[in-house]
Amino acid sequence: MRFIRKTHYKQDIQLFKHEGQVFWYGLLAAGLLAAPFLLSDFYLGELSLVFIYAIAGIGLMLLTGYTGLVSLGHAAFLAIGAYTHAYFLAQGWPFLLSATTATLFTALIGGIVGIPALRMTGIYLAVATLAFAIIVEQVLVHWESVTGGFRGMAVELPAIGALALDGSFNFYFLCLAVLVVSLWLALNLLRSPTGRAMTAIRDSEISAQSMGIHLAYTKTTAFAISAGFTGLAGSLLAHKIGYLAPDSFTLLTSIQLLLMVVVGGLGSLHGVIYGAIFIGFLPQGIAVLRDTLPSGIAQIPGLEPGIFGLILVLVLIYEPLGIYGRWLKIRSYFEAFPLYRKAMHKRQRSYLRTERLR
Amino acid sequence: MEVLQLLVSGISQGCVYGLIALGFVLIYKATEMVNFAQGDLMMLGAFFAYTYLNLMELHFLVALPLTIFTMAILGAFTERVMIRPMIGEPHFSVLMLTIGLGFILRAAAGAIWGNEPRSLDLPYAGGVIDLGGLIIGYENLVIVIGTAMLCTLLFLFFRFTRLGIAMQAASQNQLAAFYVGIPVKRIYSLVWAISAGISAVAGILVAPVSLIDPLIGFIGIKAFAAAIVGGFGSLPGAIVGGLIIGIVEQFAGLYLPTGFSDVSAYVILLVMLLIRPEGIFATMQQKKV
Repeated sequence: MRFIRKTHYKQDIQLFKHEGQVFWYGLLAAGLLAAPFLLSDFYLGELSLVFIYAIAGIGLMLLTGYTGLVSLGHAAFLAIGAYTHAYFLAQGWPFLLSATTATLFTALIGGIVGIPALRMTGIYLAVATLAFAIIVEQVLVHWESVTGGFRGMAVELPAIGALALDGSFNFYFLCLAVLVVSLWLALNLLRSPTGRAMTAIRDSEISAQSMGIHLAYTKTTAFAISAGFTGLAGSLLAHKIGYLAPDSFTLLTSIQLLLMVVVGGLGSLHGVIYGAIFIGFLPQGIAVLRDTLPSGIAQIPGLEPGIFGLILVLVLIYEPLGIYGRWLKIRSYFEAFPLYRKAMHKRQRSYLRTERLR
Repeated sequence: MEVLQLLVSGISQGCVYGLIALGFVLIYKATEMVNFAQGDLMMLGAFFAYTYLNLMELHFLVALPLTIFTMAILGAFTERVMIRPMIGEPHFSVLMLTIGLGFILRAAAGAIWGNEPRSLDLPYAGGVIDLGGLIIGYENLVIVIGTAMLCTLLFLFFRFTRLGIAMQAASQNQLAAFYVGIPVKRIYSLVWAISAGISAVAGILVAPVSLIDPLIGFIGIKAFAAAIVGGFGSLPGAIVGGLIIGIVEQFAGLYLPTGFSDVSAYVILLVMLLIRPEGIFATMQQKKV
C-alpha cells in the first residue's frame, strides 16, 4: 500500500497524486497515440465511438454520479448538440465555431431544463427529463424545415481550415483530443469550489445547504455543464454517424448512456471510461455471441436491449459501484494481502423511512 | 356531439392509463419503490391472456382469473429475485433496476410470442351501444366499469382490511412496522403480486382497443405521467391523472397539429411539475431533518 506524505495543502488538489500515476497515465497516452499506426480502420472507428461515448458519459457522470441528479433524457442533449452542429455546418460556419456554438446552445437548454428541476428530487426529476427527451424527439420529427424530419439530415465532413478530419485516422485524433480536453475540464471542475459543492449536494442536500451552498445555482450549473459536455459529444457523433435521423436519439440511447455510467461506476471519471469501453464494444460482443448461440435463440429480434437490461440488473444487484468499484476491491485485496476482509467494502444498509407524512 | 364522442374515448383511454398508474401507485405506496416496468407487466398480462384465450381456447371467465393469477405469481417472483436484494438501496438504483427489468421482459415477450401485433378473442369485443348518435363501444364500456370496480375494491382493501393497513404501515416506516410484528418481506411480495395482477387486468382491458405487441408497454410512461399528475402515492389521484391525460390527448389529436397528441401527456406532466410538483392529491411533503 502506498502512503503519500503530504507536505503542502496544494497536494490535496493535484491532478496526479504520485509519480506512479504519472508513469501509468503517460504509458496509456503513448499507447493511444500509437494506436492509429497499429490498428485497422474498423477498430479505429470503434475507438472513436468509445471516445465520443466517454465525452457524453462525462456529462452524465457530472450530473448523476457527482451531483446526484438522475437524468433519463440525456439522448435529447446529444440530439440537440448533433442537430445544432449539423445545422450550422450546413449554413457554412467553420467547424470549430459551429461545435462551440452547439456546445454552448446545448448548455443553455440544459440550464433551462435544470431550472424546474430545482423543485424536484429523485424520480420526479428522472421522469421530467424523460418527458423532455420525448418532447425533443417529437420536435425533431416535426420541425422539418430545420431537422429534415424522418428524412433525416446529412452532416458535412469535418475540417479545421484546410485540414480535413474525415478519415478514420484524423477523426480518431480529433475525438481523442476532445476527450482529453473534456477530462481535463471535468477534473478541474471537480477540484474547484463548484465541483465540491456538487458533490456535497449529492451526499446531503440539507447539510450542503446549511454550509452555505446555493442549491438552485449549483444544480442549474451542474445541469448546464452536463448538457454542454453531452452536446459536444453530440456534435462529434453527428460526424461519426454521418446522417442524422430522429431514431438515433431515442429512449434507448438515454438508457444506454445511463447504463454506461452505472456499469462503469457511479461517482468516478474512471468509471466513465470503463463504461464507454463496455458500451462501445458490447454490440461486437453480442454479435460474437449470436454466432456461437443456436440460431433459434440468436435470431431473436430485440435481443440486444434485453441483454442490456440483464446486465443493468445484474450490476445493480451484485456490484452497485460498477467496474471501477470492482477494480478498487481487487486492488485493495492485493495491497492489503493477506489481511483483506470482505467487510472492507461492505455496503451500509439503511431502512426506509417515508418522505410522505401522514 | 363530436366533443362528447371525444370525451368518451378520452375517458376510456384515460381509464387504461389510470389502471396502469394504479399499479405504480400501489407499489410506491407500500414499498416506496418506483416500478418502471409496470407497462411491461401489463404487456405480459395481455400476452398471457392471449395464450389462454386464443391458443388454449379457454372460456373468458376461466382465462381472466388464470391470467391474473399467473401475473400475480410472476410479480411475487420478480420481487423475491430482483427487488428484495435492493431493499435499503437508494431509490434511484431500484428505478434503474426496473428499467432493466422492462427491457428483459420486452425481449422475453418478443422471443416467446413474436413481434407481430396480435388481437385477443374477447366475447364482448366489437359491439356498440348507440345513445342517440353517441356511439360507445362495448370494450370502452368494459374498461370504464372494470376500472371503477377495481378502484372500489382497492379502496376498501386499504381502508378496512388488516392486510391493507399493514401495507400502509410498512410503507411509512419499515423498521417500526417490523417491530410491531408486520411481516414486511411477505407484504412486499404481496404488493408486487397485487400490482402485477392489476396490470394483467389492464392488459386484458386494453387489448381490444390497441393490438398486443411487445412494445405496448411503452404506454406505461404515459401512465407514469398520469400517476405524477394525480399525485404519486394517491389511488384516486392515479385515476384522475389518467383521465386528465386521456381526455387531453384525444382533444389535442383533433384540434392541434399532428405530433401534439403524442407529446401532450408529457407537456401536462412538465407543466404540472412546474406549478404543483406534488400533484393534485398531494401525499408528499418536503423531507425534514
